[in-house]
Amino acid sequence: MNGVTGRVEIEAAAARRIGDVLLDVRNISLSFGGVKALTDISFSVREHEVRAIIGPNGAGKSSMLNCINGVYQPQQGSITFRGETFQHMDSRQVAQMGIARTFQNLALFKGMSALDNIMTGRNLKMRSGLLAQAFRNPFGWSSAQREELAQREFVERIIDFLEIQPHRKTPVGQLPYGLQKRVDLGRALAMEPQVLLLDEPMAGMNVEEKQDMSRFILDVNDEFGTTIVLIEHDMGVVMDISDRVVVLDYGKKIGDGSPGDVRANPDVISAYLGTAH
Amino acid sequence: MGFFLETLFGGLMVGMLYSLIALGFVLIFKASGVFNFAQGAMVLFAALAMARFAEWVPQWTGIENRWFANVAGFVLAGVVMFATAWAVERLVLRHLVNQEGATLLLATLGIAYFIDGLGQTLFGSNIYKIDIGLPKDPIFVLDSLFPGGILINKEDLIAAAIAAALVTLLSLFFQKTGTGRALRAVADDHQAAQSIGIPLARIWVIVWCVAGVVALVAGMIWGSKLGVQFSLATVAMRALPVVILGGLTSVPGAIIGGLIIGVGEKLSEVYLGPFVGGGIEIWFAYVLALVFLLFRPQGLFGEKIIDRV
Repeated sequence: MNGVTGRVEIEAAAARRIGDVLLDVRNISLSFGGVKALTDISFSVREHEVRAIIGPNGAGKSSMLNCINGVYQPQQGSITFRGETFQHMDSRQVAQMGIARTFQNLALFKGMSALDNIMTGRNLKMRSGLLAQAFRNPFGWSSAQREELAQREFVERIIDFLEIQPHRKTPVGQLPYGLQKRVDLGRALAMEPQVLLLDEPMAGMNVEEKQDMSRFILDVNDEFGTTIVLIEHDMGVVMDISDRVVVLDYGKKIGDGSPGDVRANPDVISAYLGTAH
Repeated sequence: MGFFLETLFGGLMVGMLYSLIALGFVLIFKASGVFNFAQGAMVLFAALAMARFAEWVPQWTGIENRWFANVAGFVLAGVVMFATAWAVERLVLRHLVNQEGATLLLATLGIAYFIDGLGQTLFGSNIYKIDIGLPKDPIFVLDSLFPGGILINKEDLIAAAIAAALVTLLSLFFQKTGTGRALRAVADDHQAAQSIGIPLARIWVIVWCVAGVVALVAGMIWGSKLGVQFSLATVAMRALPVVILGGLTSVPGAIIGGLIIGVGEKLSEVYLGPFVGGGIEIWFAYVLALVFLLFRPQGLFGEKIIDRV
C-alpha cells in the first residue's frame, strides 16, 4: 500500500464510495477550569470516509473524540449527526445513534473472555428483558435463549473477521496487547456502528501488528461501509489509510485536507511533522 | 469423632448463613465497585418489613393462614427492598458517579444509619418474630456409625438448602445471561460500559434490587433463628471477615469464605476454648481476616492485584 500507485488507487476507490456529510462538528470549544482544551474547532466527516485527527501530544485529539462520544460536554458549539444537531449528548445516546468507539488505554472488561467482551457490544441489540432472561428454561425454547444464539452468531462472524478464533474463551487480561486491541475493536464492531471512533488503535504496537490493524480498519471501512474517525500518531499509517486529515495543535485546528495537502502545509510541518521526524 | 463431626456440621450451617450475607456485599462490589456498608442495615430492614407485614396482612385481610401471611410478607418486603434500591440509586449513587472509593464508602455508611433509623420508624423497634414454620426439632443421623449418632438441626439444614439454591441461581444469572454480562461489564469499566450503551443507572438499580432480595432471604432466615431485632445488623458485620477471606469480587469466594469462618469459629471455640478461657468465637473470624489482609490481601478467590510497571 506504499508508494504513489497505492495512493492513487486508494483515492480512486475513495471517490467511488464517499458520500455526503454524516457528522458535522461546528465551533466546538471545551475547557477544564481555566485550561482550554479545544478552541473553536470545526470539521466534517463524510459517509464511508476514513478521517484522521492528528497532532502532537496534548493537542486535544482525545478531547475532541470524547466530545463526539458524549463523554465531555463542550461549552460552545454543536455536533450534527445525520442531520440532527446536538448541544449535549450522553454516551448512551451516542451509542444508540450508532457511534461506537475504542479506547487509547485499553478499557476491556478484563475478567471476561474475549467472546463475552464482544458479546457486551450486542447489549443494545438485545430486546428480551430481564424477566425473560431470568426465566430461561433448560430446553432452549425461550425467546431470550433464541436471541442469545442469534447474537452469538453475529459475534462469531466478527471473531472470524478479526482472526481471533483460538482466543475466544481466553480472559482478555491474559491476551497479548495486540490481540486485546483487536478485541476492543471487535466489541465496538458488535454494535454495528455507522461511525467508528478509534483512539490510537495502533499505539504501542510493533510493525506487524500495525499492518494487521491497518488492514482490519480498511476492511471494516470497505466491507461494512463503516465511517471511521481515528486518532493516530504513526504518520506512515495515517497517510496510508486516511482519506482526509484534521490537524490540531494546542487545541486549535491548524490544517485540514487530504494527506498530501496536510503534508505540504507549512504550519503542520512546523508544529508536528517537522519536529517529529 | 461423632462430636467432632457434629461441631463441623454446626459450623458449616452457620457458615452458609454468613455466606448469604457476604453475597450481598460481593454483588454490589462486583457491579459498582462500592463497598456497601449498608448491607447489614438492609438485612435488618428487610427482616423487619417481612416480620411486620406477615403480622399486618392477616389483620388487614382477615385471612389467618401462616403460609399466606408469610408469602405476602415476603412479597411486600421485596417491594420495599426494590423501592429502597431505586431510591438509593436515584438520590445518592447517581450523584456520585466517578467519585473516589472512600466517598462512596462513606455514602453507604450514611445510608446504613438512615435505613436503620427508617426501619424502626416505619416498623417499630421491638423484637419481632418471623415464623416460616422451620422445624425446630433436631434429627440424629449416622447412629449406626457412632454411639448416639450425630445431632443435626433440621432448621439449619433447610436454611442451608435455601442459601445454596439462591447462590446457584445468582451464579447462573451472572454467568449466563446478557444482563449478568452487562453487570460484570459495568463492574470492570464504567466508561467502556457506557460507550457500548449499557445504562449505568439501570444496572445499579438491578444490582441493589438483587442485593436487597439477598438481604431479605438472609434476614428471613436469621430472623426466624434469632428473632428480628437490632442485633441482626451486627450479624452482618460478622460477614465482613468472610468477604476479606473469600475475595470481594468472587461469588464462590463468599461461599467458601463463609464456610471456613463458620467451621473455624465452632472448632476453635470447642477445641481451643478451654485452654484460653473461651470467647474465641467472637474474635476468631476477625483475626483470620487480619492474617489474610497481611499475606493475601485479594482473598482466596479475588482478582489478582496486578501492578503495571
